[in-house]
Amino acid sequence: MAFVLPFEKPIVDLENKLQELRRFSETQNIDVSLEIERMQEKIRQTRKEIYSRLSPWQKVQVARHPQRPYPQDYVDHMSRTFYELHGDRLYADDRAIIGGFGYLGDEKVMYILTQKGRDTKSNLACNFGCPCPEGYRKALRLMKLAARFRLPIISLIDTPGAYPGVESEERHIAEAIAVNLFEAFQLPVPIVVVITGEGGSGGALGIGIGDRVLIMEHAYYSVISPEGCAAILWKDRAHADRAAEALKLTAQDLRELGIVDEIIPEPLGGAHAQPQEAKERVRECIQRHLSDLKKIAFDELLPQRYSRFRRMGVFYEKGRLIGASAPLREDPQRGR
Amino acid sequence: MRLFRRRRSTPTRPRKRDIPRGLWTKCPSCSELIFRRELENSLNVCPKCGHHFQLSREKRIELLTEPGSFREWDADLESADPLKFTGTVSYESKLKASISKTGFREAITGGEAVIGSHRVGFAVMDFSFLGASMGSVVGEKVTRLFERATGRRWPVVIVCASGGARMYEGMLSLMQMAKTSAAIAKHRAAGLAYIPILTHPTTAGVMASFATLGDVIIAEPGALIGFAGPRVIRETTQQELPEGFQRSEFLLKHGLLDMIVPRSEIKPTVIALLDFMRPAGTVPSEGRDA
Ligand SMILES: [Zn+2]
Repeated sequence: MAFVLPFEKPIVDLENKLQELRRFSETQNIDVSLEIERMQEKIRQTRKEIYSRLSPWQKVQVARHPQRPYPQDYVDHMSRTFYELHGDRLYADDRAIIGGFGYLGDEKVMYILTQKGRDTKSNLACNFGCPCPEGYRKALRLMKLAARFRLPIISLIDTPGAYPGVESEERHIAEAIAVNLFEAFQLPVPIVVVITGEGGSGGALGIGIGDRVLIMEHAYYSVISPEGCAAILWKDRAHADRAAEALKLTAQDLRELGIVDEIIPEPLGGAHAQPQEAKERVRECIQRHLSDLKKIAFDELLPQRYSRFRRMGVFYEKGRLIGASAPLREDPQRGR
Repeated sequence: MRLFRRRRSTPTRPRKRDIPRGLWTKCPSCSELIFRRELENSLNVCPKCGHHFQLSREKRIELLTEPGSFREWDADLESADPLKFTGTVSYESKLKASISKTGFREAITGGEAVIGSHRVGFAVMDFSFLGASMGSVVGEKVTRLFERATGRRWPVVIVCASGGARMYEGMLSLMQMAKTSAAIAKHRAAGLAYIPILTHPTTAGVMASFATLGDVIIAEPGALIGFAGPRVIRETTQQELPEGFQRSEFLLKHGLLDMIVPRSEIKPTVIALLDFMRPAGTVPSEGRDA
């Protein structure tokens, strides 16, 4: 059963009409091929129109679409095999972040990815995609392993954020994330990060340091969830749409702010409408960036990674505006 | 499930009665009425039960560094409003209000100082400035502090307090976590020591970056320290929070902190720790130069 987002309803209505038309044509044995063609074109147009004008909040909903391809789906598409490596060797095997050896084309790589699960049972097993400290510590173990054997790291992220629970705090989730940030700047192998769906704050950043940070067209990456921001500002989570607007969390905003390097275009109607096409585009983009990164001299990689993040921030110094990007509204052209 | 970072109106924010005001202050811990001057004389620590009230930046600098040794860096850095953030109140007006309330341009004051015989990079965060949240300026100042300290081969000491990332700067604020952590990595690779001092409250994005990346992590007694705020955790998980949850003593027991040090003993402790963590190849007197 297809999951329909509220703003996708006009598309579904037209699709139902199309079905009716087809049924009619079959039962009455009347040729309506012209009408069917017109209807198909109309569906395409409507979908195009809706998806070219998604509001930030609608994009958040697309990013959370339950039929959207998840990181594991991309890995299955890109890699002919995946040898999952379990556990942080300290406490447990988190299911919200997994990792292991795989291929990208013919190249051996280390995959780090988040998991949400597709049904209630797997949702629960994966903690709805919210990693605990052991997830970040496992990721670090595997990234260090990759560095030892000079394997590039590909990190695919779709998480609402790190798990805010008693156990998370008892095992120091903040420290686990901080250490990952710290260590990621010392891993002498190329790292490509892709935000495929939700980029939930520090929970995403904990496996989100890379030489390239890519984001899918309808994905989002935010310092706080729109609902959380709305609860703070309007004391009401129902204002999430306004919060999503204010936070500048869309792929397009983030490109302008210089936070991400490239937006991966999604097929018409979003990745969930044409998953196969979406997966192929992600694979192509990662491969292109990875081959670029491999041209960078070994001793240049870490300094470049450092300066990529070093220049982030916008502020005044002696009254002069400094920063990776200009204020969005004043100068939308100045990217980075 | 979706609440991670909160800044305002959080339980991490001190209740009004925590802030000394008027002639008398009621201690939130033991309910004793304390004469304000007595509280000031005791470094804002309750003379009866030892509860640590918050302490101003000036007092922190005075408490921890040698008289007259502190020289501020990057005082002319000011926050911009890169997102043109529109909420109930504009970010710009919030900044203005905080500047006039505190008399400072941002939530952190940093620079060079001498502690005992050690020349250090030193900074103090101030919760009364927008919850000491980390935006571009806080991130930039911390990063420059570590970069300069690395160049001069100095250790770094930071008195931390924060409600987390500064929501009004969106993803630019989240990126400060990466930026500061990267600078600390260089500092440590140069063989230099870093001591964060966690004060009430230190949470969220600052905890998940420079506050937990110390060689030795000190906390004041009773400070709220954690990633997610207690209310978020309660609401998300419907769990009862354990006794003393996310307090310094809880974190010592659970292995995050190296030590809890009462305010009056922090300076001698930091001096002693720095004595043990001198960069290789330096002689003990070198700290006195310059
Ligand atoms: Zn008391």
